[in-house]
Amino acid sequence: MSFFDQVKQFESFDFKEFYDSVQPGDVQNSLNRVDTRVSLEYHDLLTLLSPAAENFLEIMAQKAQKLTHQYFGRTIGLYAPMYISDFCSNQCTYCGFNFDTGFKRTQLTLGQIQEEAAAIFDMGIRHILVLTGEAPAKTPLSYLEAAIKILKKYFSSIALEMFPMDESSYSVMTKAGADSLTVYQEVYDRKIYKEVHPGGKKADYKYRLLTPERGAKAGFRAMNIGTLFGLGEPKIEAFMAGYHAKYLEQQFPNVEVSLSLPRMTKAEGGIAPKNLLSDKTFVQCMLAWRLFMPRLGINISTRESPAFRDRLIHLGATRYSAGSKTDVGGYAVHTRDTTVQFEVADTRSVAQVSQMIQKSGYQPVFKDWEIF
Amino acid sequence: MTEDLLTLGSKTFSSRLLTGTGKFASKTLIAPMLTASGSEIITVALRRVDPRAGQENILKHIPDTVTLLPNTSGARTAKEAVRIARIAREAGCGDFIKIEVITDMQYLLPDNHETLKATQILAKEGFVVLPYVMPDITVTQQLYDGGAAAVMPLGSPIGSNQGLEMKSMIERIIETSKLPVVVDAGIGRPSQAAQAMEMGADAVLVNTAIATSHDPSLAGKAFAMAVTAGRMAFHANLAGKNRLAVASSPLTGFLRE
Repeated sequence: MSFFDQVKQFESFDFKEFYDSVQPGDVQNSLNRVDTRVSLEYHDLLTLLSPAAENFLEIMAQKAQKLTHQYFGRTIGLYAPMYISDFCSNQCTYCGFNFDTGFKRTQLTLGQIQEEAAAIFDMGIRHILVLTGEAPAKTPLSYLEAAIKILKKYFSSIALEMFPMDESSYSVMTKAGADSLTVYQEVYDRKIYKEVHPGGKKADYKYRLLTPERGAKAGFRAMNIGTLFGLGEPKIEAFMAGYHAKYLEQQFPNVEVSLSLPRMTKAEGGIAPKNLLSDKTFVQCMLAWRLFMPRLGINISTRESPAFRDRLIHLGATRYSAGSKTDVGGYAVHTRDTTVQFEVADTRSVAQVSQMIQKSGYQPVFKDWEIF
Repeated sequence: MTEDLLTLGSKTFSSRLLTGTGKFASKTLIAPMLTASGSEIITVALRRVDPRAGQENILKHIPDTVTLLPNTSGARTAKEAVRIARIAREAGCGDFIKIEVITDMQYLLPDNHETLKATQILAKEGFVVLPYVMPDITVTQQLYDGGAAAVMPLGSPIGSNQGLEMKSMIERIIETSKLPVVVDAGIGRPSQAAQAMEMGADAVLVNTAIATSHDPSLAGKAFAMAVTAGRMAFHANLAGKNRLAVASSPLTGFLRE
């Protein structure tokens, strides 16, 4: 059974009724299961995401912190994103790189990729996340393969956040040296997915949903997924993302699974996010996920403010991006008139973020992986 | 009591507490922890070593007097483990190698089959091989035949602090193994370390519990004392030990007189 079947099963589930029916005693029961090391089931995740659990955030936080220390230690991994092309044929209504947005597109040459890589390496970063829009004609496999081979000279771990590929293309990527894959479903609600992805290849919900499964089969050793908070109802989306992560963990025991919590702040494409995620719900989602999956990686990007990021270190986060530039060539090449995919809220340097991590009592980890 | 040394390969050690470099709030806590605990062997994941990182390089935080035990964390197959071991030796990390081959990211349980294969290859190449395994007496014998320097059965899943969940299995290994037995993984408290040593383990490896404590030096010292206490209790042959060899027949011996 693929995760698509799981999504369909939950379409007949009344989330609102379940969430409203949760009593404080139910939350306590789920928390007791954490203490007695009983594996949490999907109804525990729902319970911990419920309104009733909002009154248990401090106790959830303390348990989440303890589990995170136990499984990840007092460490925070660091990485940086590198945008190599913003050509995109999709029409995601919420995205700054939308096909219909009239800005000048940029793509790095292989020489420019090397220049960017050297600049990011000098910042101390050893784990890189490489991003493109969805325009396979502009960024064919040969280009991506050559890019990865250049990046291998600088970085010990290479993660990709590009467009969904088939298994054989992903095999080309892993053979070239990429080891991690990031793909966000954006929104698990199929109806909303259709509304916000009116055209382009991305309109195919099922193909995107099953991307992590194709990636795992092609040999990626780490998989990062998530929902873009702001599109669907946050508590339902948080459940589906967590459930998806658990599904992957169980189906692919040799893959490390992580979740991100990208949330919409302002929409460059002009639509107002209907389901804005509050800081409080953000934290509740993180904590519920951590208690549900003790070994889950949780990534926090520079979309979040410095003050908020400083707090999240203690709440189960395991990886931070730092010193990020979200436009093509933003580190060294500086081509003219580029557009950022999202506004960076935490503009601190890698050194400043590391200092903050150390001051919080954690070790910043620059290198945690290498394929030998 | 004569000097009670732990022998691994051609080296001897007076401390029977092995430690690890992962999960510390700061790398600067590692050296003081080693001093406080007296640990003479420390494991380090080669995948986390960055020779290009200057002071960020974890190896800079380990005193020369301590024996490095590089591990193959991240390896999914025997082949990968062998490659990592060779790179570790090339990188100047010495001949000791802890084999970790793991394909289960949920509980980090080792693959005994691949671990055995890697051990056989690396032992032939002159490595002092310490394989991390699920407790299994047959595999322990095969590791001995394959040239391992010790066997490292897990007490319970890595980082779980659950103690000796595998106690009965480990006891069988201690009874039958011709190799030193180093209980690795899952030891969360000094009392559990003492228990393993009382049972007759030759050493224990403790990382998470020390690294994530509020005071790693103090925790390291506490574990060291527990290990010593457990070892002394083992030598003193406290009641309840001799499971197989019962020396006399206290109730019916008179019948033979």
